[in-house]
Amino acid sequence: MAKKLISVTVNGKLEERAVEPRTLLIHFLREELNLTGAHIGCETSHCGACTVDVDGVSVKSCTHLAVQCDGAHVTTVEGLANKGVLHAVQEGFYKEHGLQCGFCTPGMLMRASNFLKENPNPSEDEIRMGMSGNLCRCTGYQNIVKAVQYAARKLQEAPAA
Amino acid sequence: MIPPKFDYHAPKSVAEAVALLEQLGSEAKLLAGGHSLLPMMKLRFAQPEHLIDLNRIPELRGICLDGDTVVIGAMTVENELIASEVLRERVPLLGEAARLIADPQVRNRGTIGGDIAHGDPGNDHPALSLVCDAQFVLQGPNGRRTVDAHGFFLGTYMTQLEESEVMVAIRIPSFATHSGWAYEKLKRKTGDWATAGCAVVLRRSGDVVSHIRIGLTNVAPTALRAEAAEQALLGQPFTDENIARAVAAAIAITDPADDLRGDPEYKTAMAGVMVKRALNTAWARSA
Amino acid sequence: MSAVIQPADEREASLAGIGVSRLRKEDARFIQGKGNYVDDIKLPGMLHMDIVRSPIAHGRIKRINKEAALAIPGVHAVLTADDLKPLKLHWMPTLAGDVAAVLADEKVHFQMQEVAIVIADDRYIAADAAEAVEVEYEELPVVIDPYDALLPDAPVLREDLAGKTSGAHGPREHHNHIFTWDAGDLAAADAAFAAAPIKVEQHMHYPRVHPCPLETCGCVASFDPIRGELTTYITSQAPHVVRTVVSMLSGVPESKVRIVSPDIGGGFGNKVGIYPGYVCAIVASIVLGRPVKWIEDRIENISSTAFARDYHMDGQLAATEDGKILGLKVNVVADHGAFDACADPTKFPAGLFHICSGSYDIAAAHCSVKGVYTNKAPGGVAYRCSFRVTEAVYLIERMVDVLAQRLNIDKAEIRRRNFIRKEQFPYTSAFGFEYDSGDYHPALEKVLDAVDYPALRAEQAARRADPNSPTLMGIGLVSFTEIVGAGPSKMCDILGVGMFDSCEIRIHPTGSAIARMGTITQGQGHQTTYAQIIATELGIPSEVIQVEEGDTSTAPYGLGTYGSRSTPVAGAAIAMAARKIHAKARKIAAHMLEVSESDLDWEVDRFKVRGDDSKFKTMADVAWQAYHQPPAGLEPGLEAVHYYDPPNFTFPFGIYLCVVDIDRATGETKIRRFYALDDCGTRINPMIIEGQIHGGLTEGFAVAMGQQMPFDAQGNLLGNTLMDYFLPTAVETPKWETDYTVTPSPHHPIGAKGVAESPHVGSIPTFNAAVVDAFAHVGVTHLDMPHTAFRVWQALKAHNLAI
Repeated sequence: MAKKLISVTVNGKLEERAVEPRTLLIHFLREELNLTGAHIGCETSHCGACTVDVDGVSVKSCTHLAVQCDGAHVTTVEGLANKGVLHAVQEGFYKEHGLQCGFCTPGMLMRASNFLKENPNPSEDEIRMGMSGNLCRCTGYQNIVKAVQYAARKLQEAPAA
Repeated sequence: MIPPKFDYHAPKSVAEAVALLEQLGSEAKLLAGGHSLLPMMKLRFAQPEHLIDLNRIPELRGICLDGDTVVIGAMTVENELIASEVLRERVPLLGEAARLIADPQVRNRGTIGGDIAHGDPGNDHPALSLVCDAQFVLQGPNGRRTVDAHGFFLGTYMTQLEESEVMVAIRIPSFATHSGWAYEKLKRKTGDWATAGCAVVLRRSGDVVSHIRIGLTNVAPTALRAEAAEQALLGQPFTDENIARAVAAAIAITDPADDLRGDPEYKTAMAGVMVKRALNTAWARSA
Repeated sequence: MSAVIQPADEREASLAGIGVSRLRKEDARFIQGKGNYVDDIKLPGMLHMDIVRSPIAHGRIKRINKEAALAIPGVHAVLTADDLKPLKLHWMPTLAGDVAAVLADEKVHFQMQEVAIVIADDRYIAADAAEAVEVEYEELPVVIDPYDALLPDAPVLREDLAGKTSGAHGPREHHNHIFTWDAGDLAAADAAFAAAPIKVEQHMHYPRVHPCPLETCGCVASFDPIRGELTTYITSQAPHVVRTVVSMLSGVPESKVRIVSPDIGGGFGNKVGIYPGYVCAIVASIVLGRPVKWIEDRIENISSTAFARDYHMDGQLAATEDGKILGLKVNVVADHGAFDACADPTKFPAGLFHICSGSYDIAAAHCSVKGVYTNKAPGGVAYRCSFRVTEAVYLIERMVDVLAQRLNIDKAEIRRRNFIRKEQFPYTSAFGFEYDSGDYHPALEKVLDAVDYPALRAEQAARRADPNSPTLMGIGLVSFTEIVGAGPSKMCDILGVGMFDSCEIRIHPTGSAIARMGTITQGQGHQTTYAQIIATELGIPSEVIQVEEGDTSTAPYGLGTYGSRSTPVAGAAIAMAARKIHAKARKIAAHMLEVSESDLDWEVDRFKVRGDDSKFKTMADVAWQAYHQPPAGLEPGLEAVHYYDPPNFTFPFGIYLCVVDIDRATGETKIRRFYALDDCGTRINPMIIEGQIHGGLTEGFAVAMGQQMPFDAQGNLLGNTLMDYFLPTAVETPKWETDYTVTPSPHHPIGAKGVAESPHVGSIPTFNAAVVDAFAHVGVTHLDMPHTAFRVWQALKAHNLAI
């Protein structure tokens, strides 16, 4: 069961590594690349703490093999800010108190940023549906909804350059 | 939770995948979306020596029209079903029901073919396929064959798909005019499997039901088509009495498992509630 | 040169002190993926540990074969109880005065009990090795029900306790009995019942649940054999206590043990205890001389570390015919699992359960709690509550409703009639607690007005009158009083260490500051709110106050964060330490301004010469002077430490109201409205308070409506992943309405009482009351949680309400 050589562009940087086929994407990111933003919460694809973008869509990296990402573009929370400027969802979570312990936050942010691409002007119900793959034990979601609304407004006002 | 070791294969064509299946035999498993298989492997309930990843086969993905039939590549993911204009116009039930499956991230990975081929009675597409009169295109060492959804599901994790076959596509005839449809799914929370689910497609002709399919999710070892229930309404007016007969007939064929979602009595009753609600919604839409 | 003096209110605003919804200092790292949780820690040469666990709930270990595991390349060690025996570490003391197996010693007592550990180069190899360890068991009869456990011929679960007729909390009356603990006055309660015209009783089971923080438990243990020093990074809500226990267990002097709680991904009581996994990782690191990481997976977390509740309760109330409560009696059978590993103050094996007289003036009361062993995981922690307060509040709130229904008195009215009145505070309850403050009546009226309670009741009456209504409507009303801030050391200790807490503040020469506490934040925002207290006390902008916690090498000793004790205890220590600094600063300012101390007034951020606004010294001025040229006779520097032993607990309260609509066809319950009024005394950061309340309500919603840990007859835990264990998503979670009153604690330096647990404690009985209330018209007085659709449907069916 030989290792496989994979090339993955992570947060804009090409990474080449030999991985065991069974290596989960979350472990590849955290252990191999030291990108510890995405977390492991449930391991059965229920909690969303491990959410990252793979080729532009939200994916739970605990239920995804690193080898499947050969040739893919992956974005993690570490790649969300643009040259030191926070993404609107990062700002929204800060301003609206959308986080407490912070453990679910990277997954929430990655999902929220992608959700607002899918639906730039969502209703509250649509936000709740769109974020329903991510569990939070601390906030009760009410401020997360506000944070996404904040980000939606901000993105509408000043579309990303 | 760490999966056991395996070898990984990423064929670029269906033929290549079939050849690998033939060569590797029962030690190999097909990897579609992975959201059933990988958790099972992490729990070490499944320990395949080889995974054959179908994600790099372009021909398995996409939705197109073949005359009046919608052809859905087996590796098309749930979110693509939801987004599809073709489906919205031709088979609106599918995208609507897909919204009730798993959660947004999982819908980016979970595939219609994987959902069907797995044979899990908790999956939603089997019942949806039954009510849509779907056909499945399967490719094996001897070429392709097309089978009806009706009769495909044999039992829990058992289908007509042979060990060396790959599901290639799902073919669904466009809904006729005056069709109504619904998928009612009772679940404990987002992402859960159904406690009980019911899919309905029907057509009305005046005040009479002129076509009807009723499918049930997760209330038996496999998805069910409730044919006796269909008969209770086919050619009949859509009255409370006939609905009640259909519900009773549907309930009669359930055989649900006892789990934390409920006991068989509850699930059976809920199957009835879901049938009734799905019938009413479908009828109202068929006008 | 006369500069315009900035007005005091502007200066105060710039401090961002008490009362300001200051944005959180913590967030910058969390929103950029730069949190530092235990699994993020990597040390050079670090190995990984995995645990071999028992698949059965009760049995003898016949044989353990390590060979196949040891043969896997990259495996360094496989250890069992036999390997720990020479170190006397195969058993460990629990916080509750019992012992617990570190690794199963000849016998397993619950499913998923730790049997062996494997140490390997990475977690993948460790997982393979754990699977390769072969363990042969001889199965023994399993006891799941605590009542069955007490039958005369019940299997003996704890053979290690054979012949021990008394335990840490008194005599043991049966081989599966742990303790019986009483509070109150039984004779007085009996007398009240004998004389009372009305008596009601109700049996209820508060089911076993799990706190289930999103981050599981884990640690990285690193023993340096050259220096003889042990550093352990650990997900602990009480790092100093861990240090003391680790020193006691390992024999490493406490001065050479360093415990660091890094960022913690939620605790909720799950991370108070000291688990076998921690001990094993530490032992492995000492034995191998290399750092060892252990991270629980989710199934291990739910199955083995720290459940909560599992109280079988019988309540009785005696009352007059107009609903005035005369007496309360409670009997509890408490399922503690295989080892008594509750995390309670030493003297209280049932925690503060004797707060169960609630918000009511009850003259006579008694409770008795019987702890029992079963073949289930140990625990019994305070899941987002002060010790057993959730159970107590649930009990009394249920009982008051039962009484109201019996007497056909409105559920709000019966509370009005029984509340402790404002003028009665400080009020000593029949159980001996002195409630420091409270003002319940106006809070109740505020909530009833806000929701238009009479209109809701009218709507409910109309719904009930319609036999074809597709839904049942229920209104739950709860008026809870918590007891938090454990606690006064005369009553509360953990392993003999009093439950004080501490703060050290240093003001730097240029006027910024650092503060360190014995608590540890897990999302509560201490780095933000603690700084606000100092800002107000010392006139230093909170922005330049660093707050550090969790590293036992730098922080003063404290008992940690659980039981809503951070603000009541550490928050008080902060204010007291700040006041010591303030007193010294006043001396320095007087010296600088060449006036006597009594001629100085303090205003926001400065000492002013009374009557002359132009003559002042700010705290920054004073700080510089303290280091530059302190007055003769004063030590240089400006810092203080304070260890705060609270004179009493604090007693936050709240009034919660919930409206539910129950689908008569499916049993699904929709939360139409939830209105939560909390009184936590002085409000330090309203934004954070509201966030804490949202979170607590959501956890309460999960407990009441879905969380359960059912066991089959073989002792298998059914539903140990997040597929089955109910953590609601944004879709299921209701929208919350919050409100408040402010009744400051008279004995707390800033009047604060603690808040984060109130919404959990208070909301659970509220949801429950709402569901029961939907059935009240057919005579139902109680339904056990959780109110899953399935269980509610069963109730609908039983009462001919299903359609």
